[in-house]
Order: sequence, then structure tokens, then C-alpha cells
Amino acid sequence: MVRFENVGLRYGLGPEILRDLSFQVPAHSFQFLTGPSGAGKTSLLKLLFLSLRPTRGLVNLFGRDVSLLGKSEVADLRRRIGIVLQDFRLLDHMTTYENVALPFRVMGRDEQSYRKEVIDLLKWVGLGERMDALPPILSGGEKQRAAIARAVISRPQLLLADEPTGNVDPTLGRRLLRLFIELNKTGTAVVIATHDITLMDQYEARRLVLHQGRLHIYE
Amino acid sequence: MPLVDLGHERPQLPARARIQSPIVPRASIAGRALVAVVAIMTFLASLTTGAVLLISASASEWQSDVASEITIQVRPQAGRNLDSDVAAVTDAMRRQPGIVDTRPFTKEESSQLLEPWLGSGLLLDDLPVPRMIVARVAPGAALDLATLRAAVQRVAPSASVDDHRAWIERMRSMTSAAVLFGLGILVLVIIATIISVSFATRGAMAANRPIVEVLHFVGAGDRYIADRFFRHFLLLGLEGGMIGGGLAMLAFGFSESIAGWFSGTPVGDQFAALLGTFSLRLSGYLVLAVQAVMIAAITAWASRRTLFATLDDIE
Repeated sequence: MVRFENVGLRYGLGPEILRDLSFQVPAHSFQFLTGPSGAGKTSLLKLLFLSLRPTRGLVNLFGRDVSLLGKSEVADLRRRIGIVLQDFRLLDHMTTYENVALPFRVMGRDEQSYRKEVIDLLKWVGLGERMDALPPILSGGEKQRAAIARAVISRPQLLLADEPTGNVDPTLGRRLLRLFIELNKTGTAVVIATHDITLMDQYEARRLVLHQGRLHIYE
Repeated sequence: MPLVDLGHERPQLPARARIQSPIVPRASIAGRALVAVVAIMTFLASLTTGAVLLISASASEWQSDVASEITIQVRPQAGRNLDSDVAAVTDAMRRQPGIVDTRPFTKEESSQLLEPWLGSGLLLDDLPVPRMIVARVAPGAALDLATLRAAVQRVAPSASVDDHRAWIERMRSMTSAAVLFGLGILVLVIIATIISVSFATRGAMAANRPIVEVLHFVGAGDRYIADRFFRHFLLLGLEGGMIGGGLAMLAFGFSESIAGWFSGTPVGDQFAALLGTFSLRLSGYLVLAVQAVMIAAITAWASRRTLFATLDDIE
């Protein structure tokens, strides 16, 4: 599903922050991406999400060489990927319900076909009472759960999450992890970037450890 | 299969959770300023076009009036009787093919013609004043001017024939200059509209950059995003076009009453002499309506072009 070969990344003329990354993310797999702060976890997620292009090496996503992709093909591929970023990126003028339903809306689907699914998921992540609330009045944890719900609602083939449990209590953290595991069981490959050891200890999964720009894999 | 199973927890669907917000909030686009710019531009463009239409209509009326007449001037000459020369020329003209009416100006009429320059109470007998004969040409008739001149000069050697060609040429070039001037202003107005709309679009895109980024995140293509913005700009353009075009049409509609306020003043009389009335024909109003729609379309086009250019820069 994802294949990196000798990938390097630098911002401008600065030093290379990711060096010689070679790894694969197989379909249906589950992995944690970890490493100290500033190790390049977010940059690697952005490479996986096509927000950044590598300065060298080959990135192959869903069988396509990303260096050869046009803008419309990038949009097509992104529909197969869900992403949860640390800053949530919710739209402030839309309710929680509308934010979570956004991927379906962009696909042009009729609201009746997804309304129940969106509401069920919002209740699952504990936002059942906040469906009509606008993001500016949500707490950090609520925003995070809304962002996660938006990323998983369309059951993407690949889910990328950057510190998805950073703003929630341990109980809710476990519940969200269960959501990712359920999603993985239905066929989604999951990559969770975190440095929360407690979270990683709760589920036996492959670990990709970034250290000083290089990747070490623990199966 | 549902992603999550709420089991017995599943409550009834709340009635309020519905898609109601637009993807791009209308308030986030500096709409009023853009509507005002488009309205002003459409108003100026409509005034220019209306003025050009009025001038062309008046000019073509003059041209047809002047072209349907020829004037013969009989100068006094020593040893010849002016009155009998005038009568002979009138008679000769009547016999020419293509001439439907010939009217010599009497002495009194000639003195009236000269009154603005020489004052009243003029005795033409004391002055060597030429006499005029106006001949009406049958519509569509092709006159043989050389034969006509020869026939006239045979009976009165001092007579000259003027078919107003020089006048018509001057008028034609004046009308063309006015039309070109109007077109030049229209082009400037359209360029200014495109630039204003491009700036407004860029501003709107900059203000909505976070929305565009999120839309990209959830897999929306540039076309989808551009369409969401495009609708706003098309509506704003149509609103501006309708206001500007409508005001210009009202201005032309009421122009006769406005012209009435100035009648009797030198300025009013000059305009009345130049343009006749200020009222546009129905076809003129249609042209203004089409132009307003065209400016709205240009607004939409300029915005769409800028949208795609800007979307290329947003990851």
C-alpha cells in the first residue's frame, strides 16, 4: 500500500530531517510511529498524506509514484486516506455534525445515506450532545474527537493520526484506540504517531521509531 | 456493517443535526465592496454605451437628411441679372432626373439666413449676396453630378453645386471617433473590473485559506472548491451588474425630464441640437441589459481564473 525507498526530506536549504527511509505500510496493517519530539514524525505523516514531496528517493502510494501525480490525482488519492492532525483543522462555521460529515459531502453523497452513520460515530466518540455545537466552543479533547471522527467516517484505506490521544483522559484514550482497532479490522491500514508509551503498551503492534532522522522498525 | 455499534445505547436521531452551513460562508467574502465596484463599472460602461448609441443614431439621421439634399449657390455677376439666373437654374434643376423638388430661397429668406451675422433690416440689393437653391434628391437615386453641374453652369456660369460630401465625410469621421472613444472607455472599464475582481477573489481566497486546506484534506479537488467560491462571485457579479445597469437604464429613462430642466440654457440647447432627445430606443435598452450580463459574466470568469491560479498555491 505504501512503499518508501531511500527517501530523504529537507526544508529549503536546511539539513536533511529525514534520511534514507525505506519501509512499507502493508494493507490492513497497524503501526505506531514514535520517537522523540522533533524527530520528524509529523513530516513523515505529511509525506504519507502527500502534503510534502520528498527531496529525494521514491514514495509509492497505492501503487502510484507520487512524484508523477497531478493535482487532481492527489485529490483522488487523498479520498482514500484519513488524517488527524495535531491542530485538528475543523471548520469553525460548521457544526460538529457538519464537520464530521464533510468527507461524504465532498464526495457528493446524499445526506440521508450517511446521516445515521455520522450520528452513531459522534455518539461513540462521546460527542452525542455536542453535534450542533460549533468548534470554537468545543474543548480541546472534543475537537480532537471530532477530528478523529471526520478522519475515520469514510473508512479510508489508510488512516494517519498525529498524537490522536494527546488531549483526552486515559479512559477516552482507550476508547479511541478501540475505534482505530475496529477500523483496522474492517481493512484500514493505521499509522498512529505518538510518544504516549501507555497507549502503545495497550495494543501489540508494529513500531516505527524515528531517531535522528532515521527509521528503526520493531515488528 | 456499521463502524461502531452502540447496542442498547442507540438513541433516536436528533432532529437538529442537519447539513445547513454552506461550504464557504458568504460573510467571509468581501461582497459589498465587490458589488459596489461591479455596479459602478457597469453604470459607467452603460452610460458610455448609451451615449455612443445616441450619437450614432443622431449622426445617421443628419447624414440621411444632408445626403438627400443638394445646394446650388448662384453668385451675383456683373452684367447678369441674379433673379433670372436663379429662375433659369431652378428650371434646369427641375428637368434633371432624380430631383424631386427644387426650392429657391427668396431674398427675404436669404436675409434671414444672414441675420445672425449681419443683423436685421438688411437690404440685399445693396450687397452682392449669393442666392441659394435647395434641391431634394429622390431616395436611392444616383445623381450624375458632372452632368448636373454642366447643365447648371450652362444657364448660370456663376452657379456652383454642393452635394455636402465634405460635410458628410466630416460627420462620419466624427461619429467614428466618438464610437472609438466609447469603445476605448469600455475596454478600460472592463480591464478595471477584471483587476478589481481578481483582487477581491485573491482576498477572499486568502481569508478562506484554512477552509481550502481542510477541503483538500478531505479529498476535495480544485474544481469542487473553485465551484463553491465561483457561485458566490457569480451572484455578486450579477447583483452588481443589475444595480449598475438598472441605474443607467433609469438615468436614460428619465433623461428627457432631466434635459427639460436645462432647456433654454445654452448647454441644454447645444445638447438638444447635437443629440436631439436623450431617449434611447428599445434596442438601446436591450444592448445595456446584455452589457450588464456580460460584465457579470466577466466578473465570474475573472474570479474563476484567479481561483484556479490561487488554488495551485494552496497545499
